[in-house]
Amino acid sequence: MHRRKARISRRTPANSSTVKVELRHIHKRFGNVHANDDVSLTVEAGTIHGLLGENGAGKSTLVKILSGFISRDSGEIVLDGRPAHIQSPADALRYGIGMLHQDPLDFPPLTAIENFMAGSPTTPALLNVRAAERNFRALCRQFNFDLDPHARVSDLTVGERQQLEIVRLLANGAGTLILDEPTTGISATQKTLLFDALRRLAQEGKSIIFVSHKLEDVEALCDCVTVMRRGRVVGELNLRANGAGRAHGDWPAGERFDVAARIVEMMFGRELAMPVKPAIHQDETALVLEGLLLRSDRLEMHIGHLAVRRGEVIGIAGLEGSGQQLFLLTCAGLEHPAAGSIYVSGRNLTRQPYSAFVKAGVCYLPADRLREGLISGLSIQEHVALRMPSRGIFINRAAAAQEAERAIATFNIRGRPDTAVEQLSGGNQQRTQLALMPSPLNVLLMEHPTRGLDIESTLWVWQQLIARCNQGTAILFASSDLDEIVQYSDRVIVFSGGRISPPIAAAALTADSLGQMIGGRF
Amino acid sequence: MESGQLFIILATAIASATPLVFACIGETITERAGVINLSAEGTIMLCAMVGFVAAKTADNVWLGFVAAALVGALIALVVAYGAITLKQSQIAIGFVLALLCSDLSAYLGNPYVRIPGPTVPPRFAIPLLQDMPFIGPLLFREGDILVYAGYALIGATWFYFYRTRGGLTLRAIGEQPAAAFARGHNVIALRYAYTLIGGALMGIAGAAFSLDFKAGWSYRHTAGYGWIALAIVIFGGWNPLRAALGAYLFGVLQSLAGVAQSTVPNVPTQVFTVAPFVLMILALVLTSGDWLDRLLSYLPVNVRRSLARIIHTAPPAALGRPFEQD
Repeated sequence: MHRRKARISRRTPANSSTVKVELRHIHKRFGNVHANDDVSLTVEAGTIHGLLGENGAGKSTLVKILSGFISRDSGEIVLDGRPAHIQSPADALRYGIGMLHQDPLDFPPLTAIENFMAGSPTTPALLNVRAAERNFRALCRQFNFDLDPHARVSDLTVGERQQLEIVRLLANGAGTLILDEPTTGISATQKTLLFDALRRLAQEGKSIIFVSHKLEDVEALCDCVTVMRRGRVVGELNLRANGAGRAHGDWPAGERFDVAARIVEMMFGRELAMPVKPAIHQDETALVLEGLLLRSDRLEMHIGHLAVRRGEVIGIAGLEGSGQQLFLLTCAGLEHPAAGSIYVSGRNLTRQPYSAFVKAGVCYLPADRLREGLISGLSIQEHVALRMPSRGIFINRAAAAQEAERAIATFNIRGRPDTAVEQLSGGNQQRTQLALMPSPLNVLLMEHPTRGLDIESTLWVWQQLIARCNQGTAILFASSDLDEIVQYSDRVIVFSGGRISPPIAAAALTADSLGQMIGGRF
Repeated sequence: MESGQLFIILATAIASATPLVFACIGETITERAGVINLSAEGTIMLCAMVGFVAAKTADNVWLGFVAAALVGALIALVVAYGAITLKQSQIAIGFVLALLCSDLSAYLGNPYVRIPGPTVPPRFAIPLLQDMPFIGPLLFREGDILVYAGYALIGATWFYFYRTRGGLTLRAIGEQPAAAFARGHNVIALRYAYTLIGGALMGIAGAAFSLDFKAGWSYRHTAGYGWIALAIVIFGGWNPLRAALGAYLFGVLQSLAGVAQSTVPNVPTQVFTVAPFVLMILALVLTSGDWLDRLLSYLPVNVRRSLARIIHTAPPAALGRPFEQD
């Protein structure tokens, strides 16, 4: 039965398989999190539809529901006006829905051609590599992809693996392509090739859903964009409205047609909060970065000069994955810069080991509290004991217990000394992390200091942090909460697609200017 | 004459490695699907006992093989249920079964110790093939039906792995089950199937000992072979040809150790019993080092690829990990 359906879809000529995709009132909960809250989305045949939103906005959940990876709690999937029963990826394939995952879902030790053949309904029981190769080469030529069919997939770049997946899905008769963050980790040339291929496929009548958090990509490629925030659709824009539509469409006449600003506004909300952090004036610098060049396999960033004074807070804004983490890791001495120097309290620590940074009073609190910050399975008391100066091989239990009690009292942690850290709530975990921070501290580097925390904990955490500033600690923190950035920073730097803006006083920022910067205009 | 004798010694050694070939191919198939059946030692031993008892009772040697295969598949079913459905540690399950089944074989097989039973029909040479130079006398003269079935199994497994859609899928589910699932394969069912097939082959390996190459039954009759089979699968880089080669190499090393023992009498015998195991480990170390890859990178692309395919010894990426479908 299934096989027969697959055959039919295969015989349909590629250019006639135009499909209008509709998702209606999709709901999906993971425990307490409402990942998709009444989400509806319509993708017209022959268009490229962007799906934008910050990490955790629910984009991936939505497209995984469409491609059968996640089962929805309620809601309907309608293809060309007919309800589709999609419960598994196999179902989705039968309806011609193919998905390119953020981390390519392929078989790295196999060769490209083996990947191309694996799981394809057209593959005969006895492999016919030559025929598959002909088909493969023809498709590659069509899109100017230069793929060696006999290369091992593990030797290919992410971009090439993407090309392989596209070619494979098309060979299997996909009429709808979903791409989840496809431009992460691919080169500029590969991006051009990818975009050309997608445009061409759209012209052939295929529907394409392009999930991204990169404004510039969505702007360059998509016909339509839907923005999601916290599990809901917060807006939709038609980017390719014809002249007439644009004149009396969504935008007031006369206002500059600036998609980026409008999208950022939808992503983050309109009004920015007021700064609340008291200015602390200390002239001594805590951290100086000089001609820093940061390089990872995905990004290359350059910072000319940045001096952070004691007591100052620098907020790092930007869409997630724009290099903030690499920057913080470098400042913490956990990654080495490709060039340039790092000074902490006037001492050159460039290329020194992490221990030298720790000694100089640098502390890094990662975003993933349980995985990188605390040790699951150990209690608060054991964390305290780990940090205490060790003498001999035995733990001084009494001292550790006393110290843990003290930390619990001063930091208002809801837990007992013997509570395992993973049993604490997010807020109490963060309090524990703060309690474990050494003192005195010169530079504190944080990622999402209040992510997942309730308002009370958030306020409390920032009280503690500002108290640290008063003692002369400089804080650099990355956050996707723009309000938090504007409220608590003295100056803000914005990361956008491998570029880093000069620092700007938080008081001088507006929602508009910040949106422009996050969109890459500075 | 000298070389003729050597040929016979080698041919016998190769033939005697046949049970190990069945076990190694079985385990290779199972592990390629992403499941480790660590119970090999116990499976082989219990199935050797069951095969012998069944053949003796029914007075039919082939029924012995059938019974052994069924029991092997049954033990594999326990492994599969624990590993795939319950998602428990495959190491723990396999290890406990290895111990349990070997003890069970001693307990249940006690009444059958050291009594004569049916054996596989005598050796025969294969016409035409036996006349090939070198290979003929080495491979096609001293074997019996099981030896030749072993050759066929190696070839068929290799062909299945690398030339059929089913084999491609098998390799895929062991590497990246999520991707195989995305392409519409029923990863759970396939893993069950291949674990059972692998278990049945290990069962046949057990019966091949008790009904042919080490005919009869005694306490811990096949001790050690299950563990060495697991090691050979790793040495074989999860490739049926290389695994079979490893099994034959082990057979040859064992018989060479026997020959060496009689020629150098003042070396303790233990040295020769242990030597094959040590040599196997050495071979393993040599073939899994980074240095080979570095060496390969100097070669032209085409040569490098075909060589890499043979030398490449990375385990299936999802080996031993349960498939979580979210």
